[in-house]
Amino acid sequence: MEAILFLLLVLVAGSVVTVPLRRREHATPLDARTAALEAARDAKLREIRDAELDHRTGKLSDVDYAALDGTLRSEAADLLRELEEARA
Amino acid sequence: MAALGRACLFLGLVLAAGGIGASIYGARAKRQEWVEVGRRCVYALAAVMTIAFLVLEAAFWRTDLSFSVVAGHSSTTTPLFYRIAAPWSSQEGSLLLWVWLLSIWSSLALRLTRKRLAEVAPYATAVLLVYGAFFLTLSAFLVNPFGVTNPAPAEGAGLQPLLRHPSMMIHPPMLYSGYTLFSVPFAFAVGALIAGRLDAEWIRSTRRFALLAWLCLGVGILLGARWSWTELGWGGFWAWDPVENAALMPWLTGTAFLHSVMIQEKRGMLKVWNVSLVMATGVLAVLGTFLVRSGVLQSIHAFGGSTLGKPFLAFIAALLIGSVGLVAYRMPSLRSKARLDSLLSREAIFLLNNLVLCGLAFVIFWGTFFPLISEAVTGHKASVGPPWFDRYTVPLAIMLVLLSGIGPVIAWRRATLANARRNLAGPAIAALLATALLAATVDAVRTPASAGLFAAAAFAIAAVVQELWRGAHARSAAAHQPLPGAFVGVVRRNRRRYGGYVVHAGVAVLLTGVAASSTFQHVRDVRLSPGQTARVGSYDVKYVRPTTRMQAEKISLGATLDVSKGGHHVATLQPTRGYYPTLDPSLGPVGRYFDGDATSEVGLKAGPTRDIWTAVEPDLSRFQGAIARADREFADATPATNGLLLSAIAARYEAAPPPATFRMIVSPLVEWVWLGGGIAALGGLLALWPTRARRRATRRAAAARVRLRPRRVLEGA
Repeated sequence: MEAILFLLLVLVAGSVVTVPLRRREHATPLDARTAALEAARDAKLREIRDAELDHRTGKLSDVDYAALDGTLRSEAADLLRELEEARA
Repeated sequence: MAALGRACLFLGLVLAAGGIGASIYGARAKRQEWVEVGRRCVYALAAVMTIAFLVLEAAFWRTDLSFSVVAGHSSTTTPLFYRIAAPWSSQEGSLLLWVWLLSIWSSLALRLTRKRLAEVAPYATAVLLVYGAFFLTLSAFLVNPFGVTNPAPAEGAGLQPLLRHPSMMIHPPMLYSGYTLFSVPFAFAVGALIAGRLDAEWIRSTRRFALLAWLCLGVGILLGARWSWTELGWGGFWAWDPVENAALMPWLTGTAFLHSVMIQEKRGMLKVWNVSLVMATGVLAVLGTFLVRSGVLQSIHAFGGSTLGKPFLAFIAALLIGSVGLVAYRMPSLRSKARLDSLLSREAIFLLNNLVLCGLAFVIFWGTFFPLISEAVTGHKASVGPPWFDRYTVPLAIMLVLLSGIGPVIAWRRATLANARRNLAGPAIAALLATALLAATVDAVRTPASAGLFAAAAFAIAAVVQELWRGAHARSAAAHQPLPGAFVGVVRRNRRRYGGYVVHAGVAVLLTGVAASSTFQHVRDVRLSPGQTARVGSYDVKYVRPTTRMQAEKISLGATLDVSKGGHHVATLQPTRGYYPTLDPSLGPVGRYFDGDATSEVGLKAGPTRDIWTAVEPDLSRFQGAIARADREFADATPATNGLLLSAIAARYEAAPPPATFRMIVSPLVEWVWLGGGIAALGGLLALWPTRARRRATRRAAAARVRLRPRRVLEGA
């Protein structure tokens, strides 16, 4: 009984997990470099927003904020450029 | 049904082995279809484990005593609520719960990352399946939950009385969810190291799992503390019990990881530290499970001596050696070019906070494993108690709370001294005022440790309130919104930031409760007869009359207590002692109740300023003669006669009540522990909740990326 049940379950599970081997086409995961650049871009954009909020809540002076924001935006622009190149 | 359960276990092993092979082959040969087979093995494992767990649940639900595990941990008189929770009261069932939860969380993680981390995910899949295979091997070959007894016994042993508490339903699953969820970032970290993809992508994809693990483990620990306070009868919510400690260690290192990971995301720094932290957390989570399973250390949670110690030690050693080896192998790529801009920056505060959290974890590790260490070195098993832990953990806790107030008011990258001074002034004044107020009104600063903690907590809470106020004010000015709307808006747009701040405030409230209740509680153990009164703290507690209660699974003997203060009635409490029968046939029909397990149901009056806690232990020595006579004369009593005999004992207890020993505790601010935990959990949920922008981006990204390409697409990737 146990052996039959086991074989039945193996057949069902086996047919389900091996579907990709019978398919002719497969979904493509995102290219690793693009994904890494997207992660870096998102983090940079968040950093820009964080710096803005830090400035508005008095944690950064106007001078410090201007310098930091400039640096961050320049880094973000570089990342966006790299991302476009990676996607091209 | 048992056959179906066993078949599921063996099929689970086949799926795990097949999935490991398919994932590794797919990654090495760059064959996407095999990677997908590996991922599908995890989904199938989740389905199969769900069936297995449902089979076990059904057996407990129906009290199918042919299942050995049901006969050993449930009975026909166990209430349905506890029968549903009983599977994880046993070694066998709790291991099955572990694998089931692991398979569910692993499936979710792999589903959410299926379009990402092409090089990392296959190895992460293999690691998650190795975890699954290990626990399935234990379940299938060493502690099978689907073992049967033939013929089935007429009655089961019943659920351990101490486990009959509503927390039983949720405390273990929350802890196990925390443990198993931490295996997700662990597996992806291993995958990232093997694949050499050491950017922040694996962190971005698994950060929410780490946060959810942190939340579940924290809530689980807190529920356990609450359970201790209301059920266990010793009058504490934390005992530095090895298993409680074991759960706290990965929570602490996980907390450190959640902070330091932000530095890697923003600055690309601390890669070595972050992978080390996440790996330590993963190993500590398995270590916590090992402590419960192996019985190597004495604990209320331990499942007693078992055969699982050696396999667990081998698995932990493999995890540890593998982790250290991988980090060492990838060390050159993990080095960061970026440097800390300033010691006065949020990054620097996070680093300090990480050191304190890891220091706390190390102290707890050392104290918990000291009995094993001392036995290995000297041959004698020595242990350390609460005073030892307090000596090291209290100063670290004060530093931690202080840093949780400083962090939110310091800017990223570089803060100027003038800005820092201006932002820290408000919280510092609040801390001074709170300390002065407490000193003047309630003498709450009589010990330096408690004074330090209260001041640090006031500082941290004031810093969080200041940040929330300033954030709302800034948004109100920028968006021309009324303040309440601006408050909601700024929090909604910055959930991660403000969720974290709320957690800080919650932890400060929680630790205030811990400090106050530990330092200023009054405890008395007294022996009273009805009519007598004892004084505890500023309260008078009078033993008014005895109480009895007969239930199917136990007999309860207790007391009605009247609590008053300055002549004014405060509360009526009814602590009881519940006596559960054993199945030992050598004991008589009445004696088996009083020689079996007994638990305390405490009488508790909880309040925002103090809890009044009482437990009772009736002196039954004067009933021993009557119990022995009843056992002799009614050795073959029917259940109905047995009920009458117990009723007679209960009636005699009420008519001529013996003296009883009471433990009475008046403990200030215990409720703050639960309140602070609740605030921290809400903050965690807030940080976890996806933002609308993120949901939109996820949908857009999914729509953009779902396209079909020919087979072997990984070639040349």
